[in-house]
Amino acid sequence: MLQGTLDMLVLRTLVLGPAHGQTIAHAIERGSQDVLQVEHGSLYPALHRLQNRGWIASFWGTSENNRKAKYYRLTPEGRKQLAAQKSRWEQLVRAISRIMSPPSEQKQ
Amino acid sequence: MNWRRFIQRTQTDAEQEQELESYLEITTDEYIARGMAPDEARRAARRKLGNPTRIREEIYQMNTATFVEGTFQDLRNAARMLRLNPAFSITAILTLALGIGATTAMFSVVNGVVIKPLPYPDSDALVTVTHSAVFGNVRGRDFPFSPQMLAVYLANNQTFQQFGMWRPDFAAITGLGDPERAIAFLVTQGFLPALGVQPALGRWFSPADDQPGAPETMILSDGYWHRRFGGDPRVIGRIITVDSRLRQVIGVMPARFIIPIPGLAPDLILPLQINLAQPPGDFNYRALARLKPGVTAPQANADVGRMLPIYLGRYAGHRMDALHLLPAVRAFKEDVVGDVGQVLWVLLGSISILLLIACANVANLLLVRAQDRGQELAVRAALGASWGHIARSLIVESLMLSLLGALISVGLTYGGLQVLVARGPAYLPRLTEITIDSSVLAFTLAISVVSGLLFGLIPIVKVMGPKSAWTLAGFVRGGGRWASGGKSQHRSQDALVVVQVALALVLLVSSGLMIRTFQNLRRVDPGFAHPEEIQTVRPVMPPGLIAHPDRLVRTEAQILERLAAIPGVTSAAYTNSLPMDRGIAVIVYPESKTYAAGELPPTRTVKMISPGLFRTLQTRVIAGRDVDWAELYNERNVVLVSESFARETWDTVAGAIGKRIKLGTTGSWQEVIGVVGDIRDNGADQKAPPIVYCPAREQQMIGPVSPVSVAFTLRSNRTGTEGFLSDIRKAVAAVDPNLPLASINTVAALYEISMERTSFSLVLLGIAGGLALLLGIVGIYGVLAYAVMQRQREVGIRLALGAQPGTVKGMFVYRGMILSGIGIALGMAVAAGLTRLMSSLLFGVRPVDAATFAAAAGVLVVAALAASYIPARRAAAVDPVDTLRGQ
Repeated sequence: MLQGTLDMLVLRTLVLGPAHGQTIAHAIERGSQDVLQVEHGSLYPALHRLQNRGWIASFWGTSENNRKAKYYRLTPEGRKQLAAQKSRWEQLVRAISRIMSPPSEQKQ
Repeated sequence: MNWRRFIQRTQTDAEQEQELESYLEITTDEYIARGMAPDEARRAARRKLGNPTRIREEIYQMNTATFVEGTFQDLRNAARMLRLNPAFSITAILTLALGIGATTAMFSVVNGVVIKPLPYPDSDALVTVTHSAVFGNVRGRDFPFSPQMLAVYLANNQTFQQFGMWRPDFAAITGLGDPERAIAFLVTQGFLPALGVQPALGRWFSPADDQPGAPETMILSDGYWHRRFGGDPRVIGRIITVDSRLRQVIGVMPARFIIPIPGLAPDLILPLQINLAQPPGDFNYRALARLKPGVTAPQANADVGRMLPIYLGRYAGHRMDALHLLPAVRAFKEDVVGDVGQVLWVLLGSISILLLIACANVANLLLVRAQDRGQELAVRAALGASWGHIARSLIVESLMLSLLGALISVGLTYGGLQVLVARGPAYLPRLTEITIDSSVLAFTLAISVVSGLLFGLIPIVKVMGPKSAWTLAGFVRGGGRWASGGKSQHRSQDALVVVQVALALVLLVSSGLMIRTFQNLRRVDPGFAHPEEIQTVRPVMPPGLIAHPDRLVRTEAQILERLAAIPGVTSAAYTNSLPMDRGIAVIVYPESKTYAAGELPPTRTVKMISPGLFRTLQTRVIAGRDVDWAELYNERNVVLVSESFARETWDTVAGAIGKRIKLGTTGSWQEVIGVVGDIRDNGADQKAPPIVYCPAREQQMIGPVSPVSVAFTLRSNRTGTEGFLSDIRKAVAAVDPNLPLASINTVAALYEISMERTSFSLVLLGIAGGLALLLGIVGIYGVLAYAVMQRQREVGIRLALGAQPGTVKGMFVYRGMILSGIGIALGMAVAAGLTRLMSSLLFGVRPVDAATFAAAAGVLVVAALAASYIPARRAAAVDPVDTLRGQ
């Protein structure tokens, strides 16, 4: 996975509502139709980092199958971050795709 | 770094563990729901998560200052390792303490004497105002100052804030118990305020105090105040008899008062009260100025250059026509420090070699220990400690060693400085300023950290360097020894020993050169014989007596008569200037020579003598004869000259008799009646100067030379005994009970003082050389002893196969000798390059002196032989059966 994109994906997942670590990992995998394989372990340092930056907040709750689990939700600051990262990402994607398949080539 | 998170990191970690556990539970539940067996589901969940410990560690580290924490840990470990190996630790720490201590002590001296600013506020603004003079063919560095110069410069300068003039003198203090000779410091009013400090008590001299005829006042030095008055503040206002005149104490100097004459500590400060109406030939002073803020020494120099013509214009008519003066303003500190600075830096350089040797020694110890610690390091590496981690923990250990060494070294330095200051070599200026201050401590810290890194990195690079296979596997394969040990390590140990021997040789050569210098100085013929049997004593004559030259001469003759009658005195005489005392410098005109207009003959040393001085000193009268009493009393115009004077002036000794010379630019011709042997008046290491001796007559014939009392010289084998001194006191008191006695000494002691620079350097370099030799021996011994231990098995096999013990012994001794041989060769090359730096300290011996180099090498070879023989003998004594069974 691209450096730094994991943070963005986590934030994007949490837009839909609070979730615990396992749900977030699965959501990313499933949302990408299993193209992006998250090593679930690596998710937790990322979550910790995002929390330290104040972009997400956590609380202990109960999972669907009645297990105690730590839930994360997006903070307003995190929402702003997501918007910023998303637009930067889109710019990047556009730029890269222009290089990889220039319009002139498309015409031919 | 976030301190809140740092403090809460343990709690965060517990929570993290809980979160990961909850992940495993949820995922396991999910897998079971998909139909997996519970055990298998749990394993799958674990695989999916990865290593939970590593995740926790990663998060934990986000919340810590890893480096700080790691260092704390390293410190704890290092302390533990040092405690576990007390023998190693103590050896290393003491070795380092020695090296660091010696270097620190020497630095304290350099710092106190050379580096530190003088203890006056804004002391850079203090300058000595002086002139260089061209006198005929002689160029003088310092032309002394005169009252007229002071007057002109005071009135016309644009760069001085304060300005004053000074000269040291002796004064007799009576009425406070026994008559006492005190060292007086005579100043004009501007001198003390220029220093920029306040008196400890009372006040400075006012301009009124410094007027001729004003009520007599005085200021006490801090030392004299404590010594004579117990530091009693009520001393202000007291009336004390100085040179038979009553003076009121108006102030006390601050404790730190430094004058540019090493070894001379003033007791009293007196106002000069100069009468400007006197003739302008009184060149007996030195001048000090505090420059206005922002003024530089070159600007002040230009200012003096502007004022000089004013002075010369006003006073040139007075014998000044041929005097070419150039302004020479320089920092006051330069005067105080003198030429000591260079010597001290050379000594600091030499002694820091000792520190390098100590470092090499400890590096060697560490190499050996790295070997012993192979297992520990391999296990740590196998458990995941990185190269950096291990290196860091080893460096922390080294630094701990050197810092502990530094701690002890401060104690050693303190002791060493106490000894130095107590011995008080007159050669060193600013002796009281030599202390352990913050810059000395900073220096100690710096050199100990640098040496810690130096000797700490050598084993790290050698043992764990890129070439070494420092893995657990390698360690195990190496049969329980650090795999990289063996050749590479031996080579670095050998290299360290070579370095040690080489450096030790450098120090031995330098101390050897000093010994040779000292021997050469001892062998110099000073121009007098058995100086230890020549007693000197200088009664301080009161000004009342000096004002009447006829009475003065009579008193002196009476004293001489009494002294000569003391039992055991074989001959006695007096002179105004003892050997090594330097006389008065006077222009001397030989009659037979002509000088162009505006040209002057050089100044010569002139001394006044009584008949019999040369008999007392046992200086040969080479031609002609000594003066007699009739010539002295009747003021005949006769003089004696030294051999070098005769040769320089007339190219002949015998032919000098009957020639005439004139002292100063006025006065009458004096006939040369005798030529005497040269005396090394400027010190044993200086060429004997040409000297003119004239009878100490009543009339002052050399301008207004300040009245100086005469010193009596007695030749006797009783010198230095209490009985003899008391006989001398009684003899003087019989003539006048109020004369304090000064300069009670032997000529030998005066001669010693002139060699003090050499003996000071000799003692320091000798100590350094001795310690270097010791450390060098320890180094050779250590490496060989270790090699013997390591090769015990091999030696056992050799012996079992029939090798002779002698051969085994030879094998080890050979290695020791090869190492020291290379070290000596290397050291010779280094020493040949470095000893040139100390050539200013040497006398009669070239920096690259074959005999000294050979002797130093010889000493080292013998020492190395001894150091190799002991471990070699132990190797030969190995019992083959024991060894083979043991392995």
